Amino acid sequence: MSTHKIIIAGFGGQGVLLIGQLMAYAAMMEGKEVTWMPSYGPEMRGGTANCTVIVSEKKIASPLVTQATAVAAMNGPSLEKFKDLIVPGGDLFINTSIITGDHGKEGVNTHNVDCMGLAAELENTKVANMVMLGAIYQVTSVVSEDSLRAAMEKTFSGGKAKLVDINMKALYAWKG
Amino acid sequence: MKEKVLMKGNEAFGETAIRCGCRFYFGYPITPQNELTEYMSANLKKAGGEFIQAESELAAVNMAYGAACSGGRVLISSSSPGIALMQEGLSFMCSVQVPLVVINVSRGGPGVGSIQPGQADYYQATRGGGNGDYHLIVYAPSSIQEASDTIVKAYDVAEKYRNPVMVLADGMLGQMMEPVSLPEMKEALAEEDIPKVKPWALVGHKDQRPHNVIKSLYLQTEQLEETINGYWGKYETAKKELPEYEAYNLDGAEVVMVAYGSTSRIVLEAIDLLAESGIKAGLIRPITLWPFPYNAFDKIGSSTKAVVSVELSKGQMLDDILIGSNGRWPAAVVSRTGGVLIYPQEVADRVKELLEGGKLNGKSV
Repeated sequence: MSTHKIIIAGFGGQGVLLIGQLMAYAAMMEGKEVTWMPSYGPEMRGGTANCTVIVSEKKIASPLVTQATAVAAMNGPSLEKFKDLIVPGGDLFINTSIITGDHGKEGVNTHNVDCMGLAAELENTKVANMVMLGAIYQVTSVVSEDSLRAAMEKTFSGGKAKLVDINMKALYAWKG
Repeated sequence: MKEKVLMKGNEAFGETAIRCGCRFYFGYPITPQNELTEYMSANLKKAGGEFIQAESELAAVNMAYGAACSGGRVLISSSSPGIALMQEGLSFMCSVQVPLVVINVSRGGPGVGSIQPGQADYYQATRGGGNGDYHLIVYAPSSIQEASDTIVKAYDVAEKYRNPVMVLADGMLGQMMEPVSLPEMKEALAEEDIPKVKPWALVGHKDQRPHNVIKSLYLQTEQLEETINGYWGKYETAKKELPEYEAYNLDGAEVVMVAYGSTSRIVLEAIDLLAESGIKAGLIRPITLWPFPYNAFDKIGSSTKAVVSVELSKGQMLDDILIGSNGRWPAAVVSRTGGVLIYPQEVADRVKELLEGGKLNGKSV
């Protein structure tokens, strides 16, 4: 497995940090090396929020990334900020519920994901971020389905345990 | 292998301290270390400890002073400007020789500065931010696992040397998550056992022994000098016993970079980038910042043309590099500061420019 360097970015409140956390948890459960680096500070109060997840078989040096293997943009400003960091052959995931227009980039595989629309079809718009996680998982295979489920069971414990099923379902809402 | 958990640095620091038998935490909120204070507020009481959110950093450090005098394991933490406010207490605790662990999750300075990661507290940590003849022992871990292991060590070193130990992290280490295996839970020393382990502690003499006195005021100057000379020997011992560093790729290196904490990880990647342009680079990563591992520089070979300090400050560690180099190589600094991060490519480009630009023509810049 090569090293995955994935940036997930959007508004504060869209759940981008949780996308990264579940991915990081799942990778750890597979015994892989992983770092999860969030943005913090004023952007968490209404501006842009992002996190960088690195998953590797090897020890991870820099937790900061200037060459991403994948970028998931949940809103327009995030797309502008991060799309140029994608390496040739990398993946760009665009939340088309918010971002309109054609944003394809040469040498990069663009995946349009209607996070809100697909979540609405599941009658739960709160899982829009999980729809994006599902798209990333389906395209990059960064972690396995089993470990994602295990990560969710760990994260949604106690009273939230009932949320695992709907979140798992959301992973497959997008069909590339 | 022990089970790993995925934790934010700040939370792992707090959990590790609790598992070390720390039962006293005093703090005041400040970004980017708030999760540490929050973690202690939620979890220290469950372990039978005391958490107090003080009215200020000055109050917090003095509460820590009191708890340390009575023989407890204490943790305080803050970020740069908050640590600045705690310097008075740290000087007092060094003067009276009580152990303490203090974590600085540092950010951009000076002044209130920024809330993004910084390393500009190097002088404050290693040169004494408070008054008088004293040293803090300072560790600079570069991963969350190492930070957890370091806190375990810090409590032992603090008690062995009867001196505060600082763990210098930065906003990056505090905020990021990595898998970590935590130490086993260790119970706090029972009150009746404290005098056996810490005979200097103020736990009540019950008319069974002379009073213990802990004080830092000496109006008789000779007495003060005698007191300082009395404990100064331990700093000389520390310089022999404690310096730690990690050396990477020094054999045949054209340039050796020196970096600590999270910056050292960025340098590791810059080394790969430099290799792609045919430049062999190495790294010295000081693990202790005081005492500084000057002996590391004796490992540098004849192939090396320059030594470069890579730091998130304006060349503060450069002073120690100049001492360690002792004129053997020209030295330079590659830095970003104020909370601006440095990326591997920028480090590689700037080091290349230094080497190719002839700027290091036998002298330091």
